[in-house]
Amino acid sequence: MNWDVIFSVSLESLIGLSTIVYALAAIGLNVHFGYTGLLNFGQSAFLGVAAYGMAITVTTFGQPFWLGILVGLGGVVVLALLLGIPTLRLRADYLAIVTIAAAEIVRLLFRSVTLSEWTGGSDGLQQFSQSFYDMNPYSSPIETTLISFSTRELWVLTVGWVLVAIALLIVWLLMRSPWGRVIKAIREDEDAVRSLGKNVFSYKIQALILGGVLGSLGGFVFALGLAAIQPDTYGTEFTFYMYTIVILGGAARVFGPVVGSMIFWFLLTFINALLPSLISVGAIPSSIMTTNQAGAVGYILVGIGLMLLLIFRPQGIFGDKKEVMLDAR
Amino acid sequence: MRRAVVMLTAFLASLFIAFGFGATSAWAEGEALQGTLINNGQPVAGVQITVSSQDGAQVGQVQSGPDGKWTVPVPAAGTYRVELDVTTLPEGLTLTNNRPVLTLPVFEGSARTALFPIGSEAGAGAPVDPGPNRLGQILDLVYTGLHLGLMIALAALGLSLIFGTMGLTNFAHGELVTFGALMAFIFNVFVGLPVIVAGVIAVALGAGFGWFQDRFFWGWLRKRRTGLIGMMIISIGLALTMRYISLYWFRGETRQYSDYVAQPGIDIGPIAIAPKNLIMDLIAIVVLVAVSVALVKTRLGKATRAVSTNPALAAASGINVDAIIRLVWTIGGGLAALAGVMLGVFQGINYQMGFQILLLVFAAVTLGGLGTAFGALLGSLVIGLATQLSTLWIPTELKNVGALAVLIIVILVRPQGILGRRERIG
Amino acid sequence: MPADQQTDAPAKARAVAALADVPREPGAKKPDPILVVDKVVRRFGGLTAVNVGHVEIQRGAITALIGPNGAGKTTFFNLLTGFDKPDEGNWAFNGQPLQGVAAHKVARRGMVRTFQLTKSLNRLSVIDNMRLGATGQRGENFWRALIPGLWKKQEQDVTERADELLARFKLDAKREDFAGSLSGGQRKLLEMARALMVNPEMVMLDEPMAGVNPALTQSLLGHVKGLRELGMTVLFVEHDMDMVRDISDWVIVMGQGEVIAEGTPDEVMADQRVIDAYLGAHHDGAADPDADPAADTAGPAAPAAPAAGEPAGPTAGATAPKPAKEDGQ
Repeated sequence: MNWDVIFSVSLESLIGLSTIVYALAAIGLNVHFGYTGLLNFGQSAFLGVAAYGMAITVTTFGQPFWLGILVGLGGVVVLALLLGIPTLRLRADYLAIVTIAAAEIVRLLFRSVTLSEWTGGSDGLQQFSQSFYDMNPYSSPIETTLISFSTRELWVLTVGWVLVAIALLIVWLLMRSPWGRVIKAIREDEDAVRSLGKNVFSYKIQALILGGVLGSLGGFVFALGLAAIQPDTYGTEFTFYMYTIVILGGAARVFGPVVGSMIFWFLLTFINALLPSLISVGAIPSSIMTTNQAGAVGYILVGIGLMLLLIFRPQGIFGDKKEVMLDAR
Repeated sequence: MRRAVVMLTAFLASLFIAFGFGATSAWAEGEALQGTLINNGQPVAGVQITVSSQDGAQVGQVQSGPDGKWTVPVPAAGTYRVELDVTTLPEGLTLTNNRPVLTLPVFEGSARTALFPIGSEAGAGAPVDPGPNRLGQILDLVYTGLHLGLMIALAALGLSLIFGTMGLTNFAHGELVTFGALMAFIFNVFVGLPVIVAGVIAVALGAGFGWFQDRFFWGWLRKRRTGLIGMMIISIGLALTMRYISLYWFRGETRQYSDYVAQPGIDIGPIAIAPKNLIMDLIAIVVLVAVSVALVKTRLGKATRAVSTNPALAAASGINVDAIIRLVWTIGGGLAALAGVMLGVFQGINYQMGFQILLLVFAAVTLGGLGTAFGALLGSLVIGLATQLSTLWIPTELKNVGALAVLIIVILVRPQGILGRRERIG
Repeated sequence: MPADQQTDAPAKARAVAALADVPREPGAKKPDPILVVDKVVRRFGGLTAVNVGHVEIQRGAITALIGPNGAGKTTFFNLLTGFDKPDEGNWAFNGQPLQGVAAHKVARRGMVRTFQLTKSLNRLSVIDNMRLGATGQRGENFWRALIPGLWKKQEQDVTERADELLARFKLDAKREDFAGSLSGGQRKLLEMARALMVNPEMVMLDEPMAGVNPALTQSLLGHVKGLRELGMTVLFVEHDMDMVRDISDWVIVMGQGEVIAEGTPDEVMADQRVIDAYLGAHHDGAADPDADPAADTAGPAAPAAPAAGEPAGPTAGATAPKPAKEDGQ
């Protein structure tokens, strides 16, 4: 048993790429779900559109990196409008079904052979991150006994955490302003808000765009951190993980998504490192579980965790029972 | 709290036990590369596949059998190159991803499945079979669309009834479909019963599973007064759990029942239909009509519709709302299991099959009008047809995109769905 | 409640005098109408829920809209305030046509409504509920919300006004509590106070007394009368005939979607058509429109879905059959 390896990957995951990506995605989702009450089940599509917008611009069309970022952000705004305009006047469950359908449409388009000339089909795209790593100011890696990061990783983590901080600052500022008050009131009862002269539809669209854009930052970081994108990353399970994280950290809490993401990835990495090594030393007989099956166990535990959280602590780990976001309806 | 944990453990344990039937013996047969070649639900035989090691030495060469299956044993774990000889594909068929060569790692003690997605010749509107004219092609798509629509309808009816009576958008409904297919697989392949008997058992187990879920899980959550959005997300957690339990025991490959895999079609007018599909259609229609008639004519059916319309009023008029919801879960579980068995016969069994069809089921239910049972039936047929007929204009690989796009367009034009009603405010 | 003591309040006297010469018939012309409704029809499938030929509402008066259950009162309210769209018809507020105007714009023009099922914003504090009502807030714009300096001053003014209203409605002690923790009657008060934050010319109250305990009824009545003394016009739906008699200057009776009678409270209650409408064909002649509250309590009591406050999912009742009490404790 390599306990030191298991612990060091778990520790690294606390601040690692996945934690950043899911924290950003969940910050956006928290704006949708936690604050505005929008059931967006297509957050993965926002990340996907951002990442593909950037990668297609750079790799397929050979345009500059920054233009790619702009195209990605533009795509996210367009997606938010496309999803929001037909559904935001309807009941909450319609948005849920339309967004999950839209996310699947986006994924199927990304991986389709017909568009593979631009999207790279199921292989995805690579070689779009050179300009990003050219900006890397780090010249030496960090190597301690417990954690080690290469210079590339350090650069991605720095940019990622700066983005997380910016996103948190924006959400914090907004949610204590009159704008945030309207948003939270819409979550409680949009007819009441309408009767007070607020254009509910416009606010919902604004919230959808804001959450999409904040989440899309995660899409950029993910693509750049891996230096590659693949369509099947952006499946519905991506979104379900984000929901788990939002609820874990406590919906409608500014720091909830970050805390949730850190706990989530620490535990998941720990389990995913622990099980295979238990199998390899024979602590778990291979008749019960093989290394291949160990991967499924992580997902099973996420599912069970999500259920237990919602049943017994719907306010999240640090939330206040009185502020439970999920008892409505 | 403890009670809940006990229940959940019992619930999961039952799943584990159910899947436990010889789960270990069936697939640990040593290292091999294998696969099943299927086009549109029909096996493709006689296609040549060559496996070579990384240094280029040929390890084995086989042709796919009449059931579309092929297996090449390899000497040891390692990375192998698998090549499908495209020229041996039947005329008009091609690899939809244009990747005849795959490089795959094979792990110790396990067979690795190589996927070669086969479809009609690339490009829009390419004929499915060599020969049939445009009309025949359209009729063929109409038939497969209706066939798919009937399978969606079986799942959608249950989903819609559950939504109507308890307000839950059940993301775990697809897992009920998978459950049915897997149960039938267990009784068919491991126990050795004929598919039809296994299917009947699977439907019974599916109904039992639906009852069980409501008795020990959803009913308990209702008593705790869990909010509807909370329950919806709980159903996501449940779906993840069940889907990966299925993966754990069933692995990631697509498998077939022992009978009815390859059945030659009989000519009906300009199109050829496999009799198994016609029989399944008949069963689906009989079941759907029976449930619909029961909803309209019987006391229980009327009570169910009363609960859908106004649960509080129904409760006040002496209807046992909880009992009705439990009944709906039982029926919904059985219908979903039937859909799973039929889907399994149609396109093979896979741990993701329920989830893959779930989106189409959602689309159907939404299209028909959330919570209206007859709307769900209508919506299913529309979605089934839209999925298949969209291939006239867009590539087959994007047919689900066509169906989901239809959903979004209909919601734009008629938000309450085809048969839905608008809500009153205030 | 200054209005309570002044039995001979000037505004009441003025309203009574202005309505003295109005003919007692459906669709009667008023001397100074604030709202004029013409041929408004709303059908649900084959059912014609509302079919109002002509109705005028006198400025500065308290007008009651009564009628048996299913008469179309709430639907009529929804139509007038933009929460539902009529199949045909037009109506004008202050001479401005209102048909096709979105609900929030109706509110901004000075016609604010409350709801039969109280729509308090449960997880917002009482003071935030109030602040939300203020119109023209700079901080409700997304970009300005990010810079507190731009809206802090206005926020103080809004808060000051909200505190005054809270004091008037005796809710100042609850200022920082979640609105969800208030009792049913307090929520009704809060909803009315919040509507006043909009600075309306006309207030539309949908069953302001439903579910309010008798101790609070007098206070609520006083507040409604107070609105008239402040120069506002009040139109309200109510089943409690004592209240109608007590505070209204004019009564409009609806039956099966149509206006069937108009007049002062005493005249209307003696009207044979009204008694017929309430009691159906085979009544024994007892002029007792109060018989209705029996049916009335069955109505609003059942859907008292506590947190949601709106008839959300079809099972609002099934999952939460107990009325709002729990939140009230």
